[in-house]
Amino acid sequence: MIETNELTKIFTIKKSADITAVQDLTLSIPKGEVFGFLGPNGAGKTTTIRMLTSLIAPSSGTARINGYQVGVDDTDVRRSVGILTESPGLYERLSAYRNLAIFASLYDVEDVDGQVSKYLHMLGLWSRRDEPAGSFSKGMRQKLAIARALLHEPKVLFLDEPTSGLDPEAARLVRSFIEGLRGEGRTIFLCTHNLTEADRLCDRIGIFKSHLIEVDTPENLREKFYGRRVVFHLRQLNPAWVDQVRGIAGVKDAQAVEQKLVVGMENPEELNPQIIRLLVGAGADIEFVGELRHSLEEIYIQTMQESEEQEVAA
Amino acid sequence: MKHIKIIIRKEWSEVFKNRLVLFTLIFMPLIFTLMPLVMLYFTGGDVMGDVGSLETADVPAEFLSVCSPDMTGAECMQIYVMNEFLLMFMMMPVIIPVTIAAYSIVGEKATHSLEPLLATPVTTAELLAGKSLAAGLPAILIGWASFGLFLIGLPILGVSKAVIDYITGPTWLLAVLVAGPLMAIASVNLAIFVSSRVNDPRVAEQISGVMIVPILALIFAQLAGLIVINVMTMLSFIGGMALLDVGLIYLGASIFQREKILTRWK
Repeated sequence: MIETNELTKIFTIKKSADITAVQDLTLSIPKGEVFGFLGPNGAGKTTTIRMLTSLIAPSSGTARINGYQVGVDDTDVRRSVGILTESPGLYERLSAYRNLAIFASLYDVEDVDGQVSKYLHMLGLWSRRDEPAGSFSKGMRQKLAIARALLHEPKVLFLDEPTSGLDPEAARLVRSFIEGLRGEGRTIFLCTHNLTEADRLCDRIGIFKSHLIEVDTPENLREKFYGRRVVFHLRQLNPAWVDQVRGIAGVKDAQAVEQKLVVGMENPEELNPQIIRLLVGAGADIEFVGELRHSLEEIYIQTMQESEEQEVAA
Repeated sequence: MKHIKIIIRKEWSEVFKNRLVLFTLIFMPLIFTLMPLVMLYFTGGDVMGDVGSLETADVPAEFLSVCSPDMTGAECMQIYVMNEFLLMFMMMPVIIPVTIAAYSIVGEKATHSLEPLLATPVTTAELLAGKSLAAGLPAILIGWASFGLFLIGLPILGVSKAVIDYITGPTWLLAVLVAGPLMAIASVNLAIFVSSRVNDPRVAEQISGVMIVPILALIFAQLAGLIVINVMTMLSFIGGMALLDVGLIYLGASIFQREKILTRWK
């Protein structure tokens, strides 16, 4: 669905000062995947989206969207994708209905009234369809902008900060809507600073700062950075048990944290029963056992730090 | 063509909701149409008394070239005065598109609605044509309608046949039907260029107002007796304006590119 090969964008501000916004981005995002594109402000995320939606031309490299080549089949690329820009960008003096009807017509939608009505109903805006978009709350504007991106039923959807600035309730509604879209088999390219949201919605994550630093599923990234860790909550912890657990083959490390024993290992499903038997045999009262999940935020911060260290070293 | 029509309808439905634009579209043409009619009424022979009975010989020599020998001095004076108002009819196609284009383009910049529009399958040429026509067409049509209204008012106010014949003659028709649209085209493209550099519609409007300078130059040149507005002057003006249009259309088209709008427009 989305294929890029060494996609690069260099902005020439002055003859002597080139800024590389995106460098050698190589990605393959299959149909139906929700891909999270994470990075700090100014990392080149919006530039990437603009290239992939044929809004700006790449300086080098190639990109294919739905089989259409960016820079060659630009009209087809734009026709086959939907985009939610960072700012909703609505016509504030026009009604919600008119806002959508204009875009449905520009996308050559056959049943303009039907599609507009469908999405206004779906996003709970039908009763306010005749009101000017300028009178809408931020959440409603965002919903209207999402509806606008979907009117022509695009197979690929680019969402730039879809829940930015929304209250928790509105953000939740938008997230549920995105989850629904995934269920319809659409490919979603999601830029967000909300890492919890990315963790929840995305099949894979790309961490990006001018170039792609990491790309994998959230679970694989956790494993890569921290391995799998299991926490054994004990009524009382005997320090001797830590060494005994370390002695089990397959255990990478074990440490005591208050009354908890935190054990790093590759395959908890296989080793947990063995550890539990050891602890119970040693007289431990196990209150409960759970896998320690590092947040995506921790992974993101660590990735960025490592990237900066590498840049400084280079 | 379908996309262009949609863009024009979109522009009109949004821009015409702006009171300032509406004011410019309604009141300015009304004032510019009524002023010459009022002036004609008060410079007519019946109202002017002694001045109305001016002999041709009393009219400055440079005016006489536009007056036929059988005209009275008052008629010749009316034609001279009307030549100044002719330039007002030429100002309409300049001021109206500047107002519409400034609000339509800078307004879209302010609300960030250009990017979603650029993301549609609409080509840049269609978008530019839609925006240009949306700004230029009302100006041309309003200019022509005002001129039509002015022509209807002439016999009602008892303006002499000689003056009406002059006003419906080649100088005025060239000015209203040819120079006006050319001025509108120049105005739209200048407004697009200016709008790409500023973020306030009022600033865009003021800077684009520079387009009335050629018209003001004509007014002052005639007042100073340097030129007389006749067919030759008008044809020269049209020629110059056509050249300016080519340059401004090229400028407008080169600046109205997706990438430039998204990355370079301030």
